Amino acid sequence: MQAEQISIFLENKAGRISEVTGILSGAGVNIRALSLADTSDFGVLRLIVDDNQKAETTLKDTGFTVRKTKVIAVEVSDRPGGLHNILAMLFDSGINVEYMYAFVRQSGDNAVMIFRFDNPEGAVEVLTEKNVTIISGARLCTM
Amino acid sequence: MIFDIEHETMPREALESIQLMRLRATLDRVYATVPFYRKSFDEAGIKPGDIGSLDDLKRIPFTTKQDLRDNYPFGMFTVPMDNIVRIHASSGTTGKPTVVGYTARDIDTWSTLMARALAAAGARRSDIIHNAYGYGLFTGGLGIHYGAEKLGASVIPVSGGNTKRQIVIMKDFGPTILTATPSYTLHLAEAAEEMGVSFKDLKFKVGIFGAEPWSENMRADIEEKLNLKAIDIYGLSEVIGPGVSIECREAQKGLHIFEDHFIPEIINPETGEVLPYGETGELVITTITKEAFPVIRYRTRDITTLNPEPCACGRTIVRMNKVSGRSDDMLIIRGVNVFPSQIESVLMTIEGVEPHYQLEVDRKDNLDTLTVRVEVNEKLFSDEVKGLQRLEDKIAKDIKEYLGVSAIVKLAEPKSIERSQGKAIRVIDKRKI
Repeated sequence: MQAEQISIFLENKAGRISEVTGILSGAGVNIRALSLADTSDFGVLRLIVDDNQKAETTLKDTGFTVRKTKVIAVEVSDRPGGLHNILAMLFDSGINVEYMYAFVRQSGDNAVMIFRFDNPEGAVEVLTEKNVTIISGARLCTM
Repeated sequence: MIFDIEHETMPREALESIQLMRLRATLDRVYATVPFYRKSFDEAGIKPGDIGSLDDLKRIPFTTKQDLRDNYPFGMFTVPMDNIVRIHASSGTTGKPTVVGYTARDIDTWSTLMARALAAAGARRSDIIHNAYGYGLFTGGLGIHYGAEKLGASVIPVSGGNTKRQIVIMKDFGPTILTATPSYTLHLAEAAEEMGVSFKDLKFKVGIFGAEPWSENMRADIEEKLNLKAIDIYGLSEVIGPGVSIECREAQKGLHIFEDHFIPEIINPETGEVLPYGETGELVITTITKEAFPVIRYRTRDITTLNPEPCACGRTIVRMNKVSGRSDDMLIIRGVNVFPSQIESVLMTIEGVEPHYQLEVDRKDNLDTLTVRVEVNEKLFSDEVKGLQRLEDKIAKDIKEYLGVSAIVKLAEPKSIERSQGKAIRVIDKRKI
């Protein structure tokens, strides 16, 4: 049920993100969602792309530190309280969010959020039980 | 003032005959008692008895910091522990410090040399010395302290740190002489300004500064900000500690080396060839009066020049120029010796860290700063920012624990550290000294 995300280590230097996007563009990789976490001296760029393998290989070949991590893509109903409901049910089950960010495309009438949980298996169980749709990695890539 | 007129103003011929006598006695003793020296002399095919003149000294092999480390901790001592009354140490590349020992007579010799040095800088019995050199394994604090007592001056053993309290003491006790590292001195000046204390209202007349490289510009800065005369002092724990040489207050043209205790040479650091007076090279020192821990032709790595001309102050002993640099990669950061290889060994102890690093030394607000850039690899790279920050904190903590210096750790992208001809550039020293 988990989807794959690519994380890239970046030093805080001018033009560094555009180098990544340039490399992916050159390789014909499409970015579906991204988030950037940063500190004063470095950042972690997280990407959902349509071709993980190609993105990882190309970035590694050009000298970036790349790591694949598992995340969970969750359908969130696109109305007030939609995200809150999901966070509340996870909180009640003692599952914490490490980080989260929004997916660009919608799934039908629903928004899609990418989550990294401290307990991914637990999160999948809770969400499935509550009939929340989890989007598989394969489907995410083609959305 | 000249503390020991006889020995500091001796005709060179008389001085040299004392040097030769003391050198031969020292060589006899180290050959008989220290396996390292016996082996090193034997390998060079020399017996102490072969040394018939000071010029023969150059036939004896050098001693390096590595030799001292190889004989850690007490292998270079010539006397049993029964006769050692003090142990000091300075940091070394493997994390093992260089250990030096003193007999009671060595402490007395050192105190006397420091008394000479303080007197040359203008200290009198009536002076109050604010001693802000660190007390401890470092020779700075205790070296100055014993010299001040020997001279008969009053010494405030304030040591380093607790800067605000130091300013209060300066105001309330009225010290007339300041002893500290130059960088800490400028830090004191800033703290005083923040506290609204002007050095013009304090009683300092002289400051004695050393233990780290400092420039003439820094001297001018210190003299202006602290309203005192800044005197340069030189020494290193392997030789004895502070008190190897000092500028005289009268002329301030070079640092007088107390040649009745030390024989200085200048060598080409590449070839080891001895250079004539006036040429610039690495300072090599042989101690000729130390009992517990004599060093024979010790390579200080400090770059300077010797001048044998008698000084306007009356001293006939040779003068060395202010040290202009180092012939190896050792950094002195806030008075602490740091070798890049020490940082490397700290990094190597952390799981997953590869020794791709770069040290950047700078001086901000008059204090040396050390930034360590460490390349991240896939093993280290956590997708979570807090994991990476924990890694930075761990490296900084280990460096602090291991080397005693605070460092700012910055994770860097792989291959981002400049390499020239395949060799990484390990050190960038931005300090303008």
